[in-house]
Amino acid sequence: MYLNIIKFGEALIESRSLFAEAAWLTLKLTAVSIFIAIFIGLFFALLKISNIKVLEWIANLYIFIVRGTPLIVQIFVFYYGLTEIAMISGFWSATLGLAFHNGAYIAEIFRGSIQSIGKGQNEAGRSLGMNRSQTMKRIILPQAFRRALPPLGNQFIIGLKDSSLAAFIGLTEIFGAATTMGANTFDYMTWLLVSAVYYLILVFLLTLLVSFIEKKMAASD
Amino acid sequence: MSEAREMIRVEKLNKSFGDLHVLKDIDFTVKESEVVVLIGASGSGKSTLLRCLNYLELKNDGKIIIEGKETDPKKDDLNKVRQKVGMVFQHFNLFPHKTVLENVIEAPTQVKKIKKSQAIEEAKTLLDKVGLADKADDYPSRLSGGQKQRVAIARALAMKPDIMLFDEPTSALDPELVGEVLATMKELAKEGMTMVVVTHEMGFAREVADKVVYMHDGRIVEEGEPHQLFDHPQEQRTQEFLSSIL
Ligand SMILES: Nc1ncnc2c1ncn2[C@@H]1O[C@H](COP(=O)(O)OP(=O)(O)O)[C@@H](O)[C@H]1O
Ligand SMILES: [Mg+2]
Repeated sequence: MYLNIIKFGEALIESRSLFAEAAWLTLKLTAVSIFIAIFIGLFFALLKISNIKVLEWIANLYIFIVRGTPLIVQIFVFYYGLTEIAMISGFWSATLGLAFHNGAYIAEIFRGSIQSIGKGQNEAGRSLGMNRSQTMKRIILPQAFRRALPPLGNQFIIGLKDSSLAAFIGLTEIFGAATTMGANTFDYMTWLLVSAVYYLILVFLLTLLVSFIEKKMAASD
Repeated sequence: MSEAREMIRVEKLNKSFGDLHVLKDIDFTVKESEVVVLIGASGSGKSTLLRCLNYLELKNDGKIIIEGKETDPKKDDLNKVRQKVGMVFQHFNLFPHKTVLENVIEAPTQVKKIKKSQAIEEAKTLLDKVGLADKADDYPSRLSGGQKQRVAIARALAMKPDIMLFDEPTSALDPELVGEVLATMKELAKEGMTMVVVTHEMGFAREVADKVVYMHDGRIVEEGEPHQLFDHPQEQRTQEFLSSIL
């Protein structure tokens, strides 16, 4: 046991440049895919509350597909679909796959938070002569976004951990780096634990960031 | 004697929510600078009538003529009518993510596209008028109910409406805060604002109203000058209602 801890510490230190690079890739995958997913989510949330049957149906179909299939399948479909047809890199197919996936969950988060804003807010905007889109953009969405922050933060964390699946299409992000090192050294346990340390640190930092943003946005409370 | 201009004319207005017939053949006029108070039991259709006047609810049948113009919700821009008809709600409905000043300048800058500096100047004058100049930079959550309602009044006035609708503006307030809101409304009435007010404040109705309208079950049962309606109600229903609330 004593020896193992020493070994683990040595592994952690020796591999730091490899894992720093891998962590950077994980961060990029997560940040870019979540960024895109926010727009996808907002778009489908607006479809869902549009009161237009066809649009609601499209949104429901999208969410049904994402929820009903494993993320790894979605990533591979994007990988084979996009790399072969559109000659897109592995990074972008993983990013788009993750965005497609997270977008559905974020759509539900936004839909819930938009609907949680009382209809009095909408009526106040409309009674002042603001049109539907002005009221949505300036009155409803800013409040809805604030309410969505805690579940969004949670979804970011899930997205960060899910980005590990990009290893299966050959990306050397944190989990990919760990399995590569494990295969080279025949010591999977050490490297998986090293990867766990990196994930914990990133999730911790992300949690801090989200609570910082929440505090900033709570100025009006 | 010249007749005052007619600001609101409602003819044979009918409104249903599904099977529920809420407004039944309402006829109703408001002249320029008049203060009309709507009274009646809860559920009698007062809010629905008020909300039809600025198209928050769409009528099923009849005519609504605002400042001489009939609006077709299918063809015309309702936002244009709403700019002329301000509304104050029972629960204030201030924008909680905006400061008091931002609440007041929101519609002038976004809808009328007035320059921000000018909007701020006008907003400050209005806030001063409702006695809240020192709260301009506070968020609504920091204000008392009475202060919130006065901000809501200033926010509606910022669009320079010709008509103001008030839907039970003091019903959500602690009793000690009712007076400050009523005082603001009296001030407004004195300046000649055309107002339609749903309220249970009979003292206000007596003192300020030019006309009191009693509604029951979706119909206007009786209307008249306050002293006439309060002291000599003609209809049995009106008498019953008045004795139930006094
Ligand atoms: N959006 C709505 N959908 C269905 N029924 C409604 C709606 N708004 C009001 N009503 C009904 O219409 C009737 C009149 O309501 P309202 O105009 O709010 O009365 P008041 O303001 O006089 O209390 C009530 O029976 C109420 O339940
Ligand atoms: Mg009402």
